[in-house]
Amino acid sequence: MKIDADEVRRIAALSRLALTGAEVERFATQLSSILDYVSKLNELPTEGVEPTSHVMPLSTPLRDDVAARPLTREAALANGPSHDEFAFIVPRVI
Amino acid sequence: MKTAYETIIGLEVHAQLKTQSKVFSMCPAKANELPNTLTDVVTLGLPGVLPVLNAQAVRFAVMMGLATHCSIRKVSRFARKHYFYPDLPKGYQISQYDEPLCEHGWIDIDLESGETKRVGITRIHMEEDAGKTIHDADRNESRVDFNRAGVPLIEIVSGPDMRSPDEAVAYLKVLHNILRYLDICDGNMEEGNFRCDANISLRLHGQERFGTKVEIKNINSFRYVHKALVYEQQRQAQFLDDGKTIVQETRLWNSEVNRTESMRSKEDAHDYRYFPDPDLLPLVLTDETLQAIASELPELPDDKRRRFVRDFHLSEYDSAVLTSTPELSRYYDAVLASWGADPKLAANWVSTELLGALAKDGKPIEKTPVSPENLARILHHLSSGSISGKMAKEVFEKVYNEGADPDSVVSTMGGQVSDPEALLAILRDIIANNPAQVEKYRAGKTQLLGFFVGQVMQRTKGKANPTLTNELAIAELNR
Repeated sequence: MKIDADEVRRIAALSRLALTGAEVERFATQLSSILDYVSKLNELPTEGVEPTSHVMPLSTPLRDDVAARPLTREAALANGPSHDEFAFIVPRVI
Repeated sequence: MKTAYETIIGLEVHAQLKTQSKVFSMCPAKANELPNTLTDVVTLGLPGVLPVLNAQAVRFAVMMGLATHCSIRKVSRFARKHYFYPDLPKGYQISQYDEPLCEHGWIDIDLESGETKRVGITRIHMEEDAGKTIHDADRNESRVDFNRAGVPLIEIVSGPDMRSPDEAVAYLKVLHNILRYLDICDGNMEEGNFRCDANISLRLHGQERFGTKVEIKNINSFRYVHKALVYEQQRQAQFLDDGKTIVQETRLWNSEVNRTESMRSKEDAHDYRYFPDPDLLPLVLTDETLQAIASELPELPDDKRRRFVRDFHLSEYDSAVLTSTPELSRYYDAVLASWGADPKLAANWVSTELLGALAKDGKPIEKTPVSPENLARILHHLSSGSISGKMAKEVFEKVYNEGADPDSVVSTMGGQVSDPEALLAILRDIIANNPAQVEKYRAGKTQLLGFFVGQVMQRTKGKANPTLTNELAIAELNR
């Protein structure tokens, strides 16, 4: 499956990745070959096989609606690259 | 509005579910707390954590599905919806995509014309809410609060079935009322726990294909939903009249200038790259679970309304008023329960006297100074004939304004004079003192009856039992 440079640029934009022109070319080739490899699976006869999103025949466990103590604000904010006393700070988005 | 175009509206409603904890973690779910005091490792999307689904959130979502006649999927799946925005800590929102929990439902709405219209519910799926960003224009930065991130939501998607802003608001109100009756959502649009996005397009009457639709966001009251849709309807009609093409886009409602404004065009529309969330196994519901939830559903507004008409012979209008909020219908039920009041009398008093007084003060029924018990006692005195309708209104005012006890008000007022001996004594005195009127009455001028009854009322300061006074006056005058 051929992934061209435009497609790479589109995916990069959606993923907020800044790529150089050389990287775009290199990833176009690499992504194409990865998809070619995975598309080998298309050769298998899958008629009558249910689409599977998990291999285990299990259903999701449910949890009782009980609240536990949340993180302290200090702990919550600690790993943010930028924050003040109350909130995470990010570059202006609007 | 009569134009060449037919308006097509579909609504997407997000309702926050009233659970104690968030949808995928034990983090408390509450509103109005200080920023970032309600987070945990799952809410913040820290590496290595796994979501565990809240059973109550599932139960609430199923309740809404059943209440809106949806079929409930026994196996549904969670999917990741990807977009990058600072309010979304993981870089994706856990939602449902091609296998939502509820599908193919409907609700009925009442139209102005008195007709009922059925609006389709395409789907109801579960998802998690995002955080909130606060923009600081001066400092060129935004602040992020994750208290709301991970709060359970249901998204209720209607069919493109509404044909006017009025219908859209009617639909929204019915949904809102059902959520409130189920007690699964606070339903406060201003506070954002009940949110509505509207899709609207125009097409020529008779044309089969839909026109290009525009999505309107940021509408946080029922009134604004109506205003935004009317504005957009006119804007699109003008565009089409001018031969221009409608662009598929998202527009924001700006309530300060009363118009919708373009937010982003289709060119950079989002590509969410949905896929099944590997962290969550399929949600499987057994028949027993579904039956248990169905059996616990409370009486819904439509059923209640029909019951009021059928069992109490209330008018359609009165029963619609009395079931318009769960609080009001509970109030009415409580009035009936405490003293066995006559349902029609109680309906009149609740919808006229009580709602009238509350409306004047701008108070909701929850803030009523007259408890259902107290209103029932007033009605009890009225029905037993110990006070007149006029006196009952005075008692009501004293209870409403001064928080007085109805029984003591009735006893200080001296109650209604229903003693025939006392009334006869007064009547005979009046007859003796007004021979000219008596003569005329006996000569056939029977409308003078009102004069005699009025005299009795004057002497008793309005406390004479009017029915009894009438009967006695007729008997005495015709003697």
